[in-house]
Amino acid sequence: MAGLELLSDQGYRVDGRRAGELRKIQARMGVFAQADGSAYIEQGNTKALAVVYGPHEIRGSRARALPDRALVNCQYSSATFSTGERKRRPHGDRKSCEMGLQLRQTFEAAILTQLHPRSQIDIYVQVLQADGGTYAACVNAATLAVLDAGVPMRDFVCACSAGFVDSTALADLSHVEEAAGGPQLALALLPASGQIALLEMDARLHEDHLESVLEAAARAARDVHTLLDRVVRQHVREASVLLGD
Amino acid sequence: MLKSKTFLKKTRAGGVMKIVREHYLRDDIGCGAPGCAACDGAHEGPVLEPQPLDPASSLCPRPHYLLPDTNVLLHQILSVWRPGTWASVASSLRLPGSLETYVEQEQGENANDRNDRAIRVAAKWYNEHLKKISAENHLQVIFITNDKKNKEKAIEEGIPAFTCEEYVKSLTANPELIDRLACLSEEGNEIESGRIIFSEHLPLSKLQQGIKSGTYLQGTFRASRENYLEATVWVHGDTEDDKEIILQGLKNLNRAVHEDIVAVELLPKNQWVAPSSVVLHDEGQNEDDVEKEEERERILKTAANEKMLKPTGRVVGIIKRNWRPYCGMLSKSDIKESRRHLFTPADRRIPRIRIETRQASALEGRRIIVAIDGWPRNSRYPNGHFVKNLGDVGDKETETEVLLLEHDVPHQPFSQAVLSFLPKMPWSITEKDMKNREDLRHLCVCSVDPPGCTDIDDALHCRELENGNLEVGVHIADVSHFIRPGNALDQESARRGTTVYLCEKRIDMVPELLSSNLCSLRCNVDRLAFSCIWEMNHNAEILKVRFTKSAINSKASLTYAEAQMRIDSAAMNDEITTSLRGLNKLAKILKKRRIEKGALTLSSPEVRFHMDSETHDPIDLQTKELRETNSMVEEFMLLANISVAKKIHEEFSEHALLRKHPAPPPSNYEILVKAAKSKNLEIKTDTAKSLADSLDRADSPTFPYLNTLLRILATRCMMQAVYFCSGMDNDFHHYGLASPIYTHFTSPIRRYADIIVHRLLAVAIGADCTYPELTDKHKLADLCKNLNFRHKMAQYAQRASVAFHTQLFFKSKGIVSEEAYILFVRKNAIVVLIPKYGLEGTVFFEEKDKPKPRLIYDDEIPSLKIEDTVFHIFDKVKVKIMLDSSNLQHQKIRMSLVEPQIPGISISADTPNMDIDEPERKKKKREK
Repeated sequence: MAGLELLSDQGYRVDGRRAGELRKIQARMGVFAQADGSAYIEQGNTKALAVVYGPHEIRGSRARALPDRALVNCQYSSATFSTGERKRRPHGDRKSCEMGLQLRQTFEAAILTQLHPRSQIDIYVQVLQADGGTYAACVNAATLAVLDAGVPMRDFVCACSAGFVDSTALADLSHVEEAAGGPQLALALLPASGQIALLEMDARLHEDHLESVLEAAARAARDVHTLLDRVVRQHVREASVLLGD
Repeated sequence: MLKSKTFLKKTRAGGVMKIVREHYLRDDIGCGAPGCAACDGAHEGPVLEPQPLDPASSLCPRPHYLLPDTNVLLHQILSVWRPGTWASVASSLRLPGSLETYVEQEQGENANDRNDRAIRVAAKWYNEHLKKISAENHLQVIFITNDKKNKEKAIEEGIPAFTCEEYVKSLTANPELIDRLACLSEEGNEIESGRIIFSEHLPLSKLQQGIKSGTYLQGTFRASRENYLEATVWVHGDTEDDKEIILQGLKNLNRAVHEDIVAVELLPKNQWVAPSSVVLHDEGQNEDDVEKEEERERILKTAANEKMLKPTGRVVGIIKRNWRPYCGMLSKSDIKESRRHLFTPADRRIPRIRIETRQASALEGRRIIVAIDGWPRNSRYPNGHFVKNLGDVGDKETETEVLLLEHDVPHQPFSQAVLSFLPKMPWSITEKDMKNREDLRHLCVCSVDPPGCTDIDDALHCRELENGNLEVGVHIADVSHFIRPGNALDQESARRGTTVYLCEKRIDMVPELLSSNLCSLRCNVDRLAFSCIWEMNHNAEILKVRFTKSAINSKASLTYAEAQMRIDSAAMNDEITTSLRGLNKLAKILKKRRIEKGALTLSSPEVRFHMDSETHDPIDLQTKELRETNSMVEEFMLLANISVAKKIHEEFSEHALLRKHPAPPPSNYEILVKAAKSKNLEIKTDTAKSLADSLDRADSPTFPYLNTLLRILATRCMMQAVYFCSGMDNDFHHYGLASPIYTHFTSPIRRYADIIVHRLLAVAIGADCTYPELTDKHKLADLCKNLNFRHKMAQYAQRASVAFHTQLFFKSKGIVSEEAYILFVRKNAIVVLIPKYGLEGTVFFEEKDKPKPRLIYDDEIPSLKIEDTVFHIFDKVKVKIMLDSSNLQHQKIRMSLVEPQIPGISISADTPNMDIDEPERKKKKREK
């Protein structure tokens, strides 16, 4: 079958990028005044908003409180207008629940939860426009939001997806590349230590190639870190200027 | 690097959907001209020539690059292509547009216009860019397009632009190139002139609709070899039963060419016809004879019998053309000075093609290649253009080339890209090579092959172990070590599929460095191998089997005769000889056991030519001789193949590449049973075992050759053995070898299937890593399809090569009379086999321009009574063999009956038959 050529002979992808190149990333912190922390990120056409509340007292049943650390509560939803065809249910479907759990796992590994026992941290993420790599965008947005809220973390959590086409690892897949059905891997990395907060892949990929795909994802995640770091510094600079006055 | 982005909006069939895509324009795409400082090294891949060759064009005398537009590239690349002259920008103009040459689609502009504009912008950019780098060289880019508007616009924008024809005409140094231009330009304006013969083809969208709704049927068009006005279409439906539809008459064939995928419409039942038995060849020179055609068509229809009527249809559209360049000869036009000539392809199923050439007289009597460009509605013949001159008819090299082309055997020299993956010489085994590899260089290994063999892919050893058992090893060249999956070398080998052995030439599957050197297990050099090692007792029962990659050092490369001599001579008792004796002993037991299980020993007449070492002309024919050692090597190869098949199927039940040989349907054996009955012998065909037994018993003391004849007949009843992927089939049985499972492992130098099997086995024993294609059963099934096709074609090419050399042989030998046996009896002919040459031929009893003899054919016995003489199958006759060159394009061996004598039919042994001999003589005169 003559499918879409994801990687041309010259080594360009459908949108003109090379194999290891990221899409354009733009991000802002502190977009909402009411929340404790918030951030907005654009990775190409994937746009996500993250809001953080807490740490605060446990809401609802007190039985959920953990004696030694804070409870991280993540909720993922994607806007009805985020995809080409309008979605019926913005949240609460299985995919959203799964994504929420994955985010929770990711941030439980990154946030220093033991500093806030018996309390709760809420992370709400909404995808406004989905064009591939939603998990990565959500994690990156949430990282900025958590930083904005001033919740202590071990490190940034930087996420990126990677795929494998024509024996070449592609970083940061767009929707077109994802839809082609090849193997896809999502990686959340703590860049300073190189520790992996979450690694997920549900397609078949031979173990010989796993390393190269993982390497591509990790390199891309480090690139994301450089960019996020710049955004945070910029934000702090702006905030300090305001405070200084 | 990410400069700007753009949004494309697109709707899809069904609901309207808004798709937003971004697109990064790059600033790092180089121009490709070497030494360009502006885009220093930014370009990867193919590079432009630093100083384009001077093509001596009168239009643009300065050196220049050519920039053809897409249509020119598509249609003319084959015809006028000369390496290095084209600028390879077309590829970089595609989606990842460079920042400076990116063109956005304007409102109201369609995609084609946008692309044309993009190419113009690129041409302009190139011209300006090249000016910057070499003002003194005046390098120029010339834009070649056949689109008038496009050319006008380009000239307006200051880009030097020409049509392809203008440019090629201006090449003063190569006037012959003009003939090779595809004649597409005329297609548009010719429609008004002349009568329209054919109805229009429907557009693809309508065809697809029709196929979906069932009004049209899709199938492969197969022209008839015998009758140019008739064809069949094989409809491959979802169900098992493939339907066949008959098409008759030029208009119903509607410009379809052999092997096209077409859509046909069934005609109403009252217009159905029966396949005609008339032989019709398209011979008229005058192409406007449509009335005559209609008359001919009527001839076809008269013979129709109610029962014989078959579904009949007409072609309504072409789904996919399968045109390729065709070999054939020019039939020069009768009109002098005419530039239009008809070309007659060697394959009778291809219609004649009209071409335009100025060098008709130079091309006459030569084999040429012509490509079809199109078939307008008002033209009786398709239009084409001359591609290549292969050489004189009858010339050995030309004929070899023709038969390779006609059998679709890839035989071009290996490309640079393929050769780049070869190991660097001098090569030696390194430490890295020895990883996962056993060192077996101390073993006394030797190879046994036919004389003159340079691609030795197997070697053997046998030694006694301390426990009294025997260790037998089969060592196969480790080709998969050199051909790594996925690279150009691998792809090319996969495409070729097999090495093709012609009488005087070998078309390698892998480059010679591998086939005759690094992978060839020659004696006294270290070579890498894949070994299959058994521990056997003296009864040839396998106690243990193991597979390993290894390094070996063969102690001797023997021929079958040499090996036989060593075994037989009592004086020799060295290590090699004892090893050979051990092998021979075991092989005999193995063979006996195999035959007990019901393996067939079949026979087919194989001939070998003795070539003149200077001229490479065949000087003698000889049937192949078989020695004990042949079967010794064969036995161990079979054993290795079976062991490996078991192993890979055990490890990869879903995607093992195996080989099966289906049992033939009982009806196939009818002819054999009948033939045996006529000699009072009984052949049982219910199982392979009973067939083998009854063949063994079928002996006649008075007629010793009978058994061989029966075996030859039995071979003809068999099915083709094929490769398949174990996950896609559930019948693995190999009928001929009586083995439940079989594969090919032992000849990786000349068969691609073996390379895949090697890779599978290497993964199974953990010596190598796998890759995605290897474990994808659909890809493997596709590969099997190609391999089966290539093997079939290679066989046909081999046969054609033998046939051609037989002709050469008889040409030099003149007319001879030989004894022959009747192999088949047909309605108006007998097929005979001449044991001396292994040559098979047909003796016809009906000839043109001669009174028809009285023929009575009896299907039951098969026998044929001519006048008063009855011919039975296996009867001994005497025939005269001569070369019939009345048709230059299809020379063939003609046989006629000498004994028994039938007045008016048989000819005497010494008077030459005048009407056949004449053209032959004429030709000889011309040669002088």
